[in-house]
Amino acid sequence: MAKGVWIVAEQREGAFRKISFELASTARKLADELGDEVCAVLVGSGVEGIAGELGKYGVDKVYVADDAIFEPYTTDAHAAAVAKIVKEKDPAILLLGASAQGKDLSSRLVGKLATGMATDCTDLRLDGGKLVAFRPMYAGKCFGEIMISSFPQMASLRPNVFSAVENAKAGAVEKFDAGIDAGQLKTKVLEVQKETSGKVDLTEANLIVSGGRGMQGPDGYSVLEELAGVLGATVGASRAAVDAGWRPQTDQVGQTGKVVSPNLYVACGISGAIQHLAGMSSSKVIVAINKDSEAPIFSKADYGIVDDLFKVVPELAKECKKLLG
Amino acid sequence: MNIIACVKQVPDTETLIKVKTDGSGIEEGGIKWVMNPYDEFGVEEALRLKEKNGGEVTIVTLGPARAMESIRTALAMGADKGIHIDDASLNNGDAYTTAAALAAAIKTVPYDLIFCGQRAIDDDSGQVGSILAELLDLPQVTLVTKVEVAGSSVKAMRAIEGAQLVIESPLPCVLTAQKGLNEPRYASLPGIMKAKKKPVDIKDAAALGVTASDKAKVVKFVPPPARPPGKIIAGDDPTAKAAQLAKLLREEAKVL
Repeated sequence: MAKGVWIVAEQREGAFRKISFELASTARKLADELGDEVCAVLVGSGVEGIAGELGKYGVDKVYVADDAIFEPYTTDAHAAAVAKIVKEKDPAILLLGASAQGKDLSSRLVGKLATGMATDCTDLRLDGGKLVAFRPMYAGKCFGEIMISSFPQMASLRPNVFSAVENAKAGAVEKFDAGIDAGQLKTKVLEVQKETSGKVDLTEANLIVSGGRGMQGPDGYSVLEELAGVLGATVGASRAAVDAGWRPQTDQVGQTGKVVSPNLYVACGISGAIQHLAGMSSSKVIVAINKDSEAPIFSKADYGIVDDLFKVVPELAKECKKLLG
Repeated sequence: MNIIACVKQVPDTETLIKVKTDGSGIEEGGIKWVMNPYDEFGVEEALRLKEKNGGEVTIVTLGPARAMESIRTALAMGADKGIHIDDASLNNGDAYTTAAALAAAIKTVPYDLIFCGQRAIDDDSGQVGSILAELLDLPQVTLVTKVEVAGSSVKAMRAIEGAQLVIESPLPCVLTAQKGLNEPRYASLPGIMKAKKKPVDIKDAAALGVTASDKAKVVKFVPPPARPPGKIIAGDDPTAKAAQLAKLLREEAKVL
């Protein structure tokens, strides 16, 4: 009988990603309701030392596969390791992050474990001991309630939506041998090109300042960069701005770009095409600054200013600097 | 070089989605159906590789009769043939069902490389490419923005949070296409004419030996949670409005 709420913790270069603590806290809540244990799987190289940190967020036990072959991440090595321990211990629920790595790993695990998964969930609950996952579909134009009839019941959690709450448990560390022969690994990471800007990725950002066609060109973004600098925010863009070549592909928010859920999303010169609204409407607070009072973005905004963004945004940056200074 | 590109037909991004009143699905009336944009990047990349290396591009889709339009679009772009898995029992299956059906169809043709979109913009699941790779026992590289084939291996650029990775995989493998991979071509008029004569094989579940599973089931569709109406900050002076906004964000919304 499948039992226990499990998470797969995500780390990069020996430091946990924030999503790992969000996963741990969410699993703790579910496990308390079920009267079960929370276990984590941690796969990496030289990671045994950090494993115990998960205890702080409610993890009872951490299964660690620590080997040089796990760094950097490859699907083959990590999926094989997680699948091995999950098949052996048979958890009822298995949660991963819906990050780039978590999506890659979780989907491969669905294949390996021949089970079902709800992707990119924004809420989870239990109904008669079974997991019910709530997730956006059509980029948030509607939502679905998903139930999984096989074990483990898998879900990936959208980063930045579930809160990480300290709730100290044992966090006992147990190493396991993933039994992987380097010869069976097919893919190889040849190069890692890190973004040197050091900016937080849109999907993980708490604050986003985003610009659209109203920015009038690539140079217009300097006012947004300035405001973002004051707030510690990440700059995003609409599809129109990306397609015009004003901003890189990685900055695009929307149905064919990134789906974001920051605490604050400031939309500047963005009219609010439905495919853009789909990508940002799960933001907690939305601000719209646009000359056109009829722009659809105002229908989603908590606060709106109808005016020229090139006049408002620099003043907003000054005011925020005063408040935060 | 023989390449498979998997495609799905989805509602266009401008579509307003309406949930049926009983929550059993979405209203399909009036929807404009298009090829999933991420799948289109896969088709385009497959065609570019074929133009360089020779071989054939096969389009595989699962969906109702209307999904044939997406196959014809891909054939008009330059693909050579299609496989249409059309079986009502599979249409609303989960990701595992879709991947199993695609795998069964793909096994009937020779291939060196398989493209899928990184996700379909309807259910946004993003699982099929990876499950397909697992079922065919192939390596995978997901979220690919650049592809270079050299001999019997491929080098792919993968975009993750804050970094770009260059990953090498032996062929055959499954690549899932991310925006930025290429700019898909439009079908030419002669392309559209030729596409009508290209072969498309129609298969059902029995022919493929697959059955639908409902390991993951959408038990209810719901409209998005409504947002309370917002405040428009009135006035003529941009400076005053900016100051009031900053104050509201700090004191009322508490996000600064």
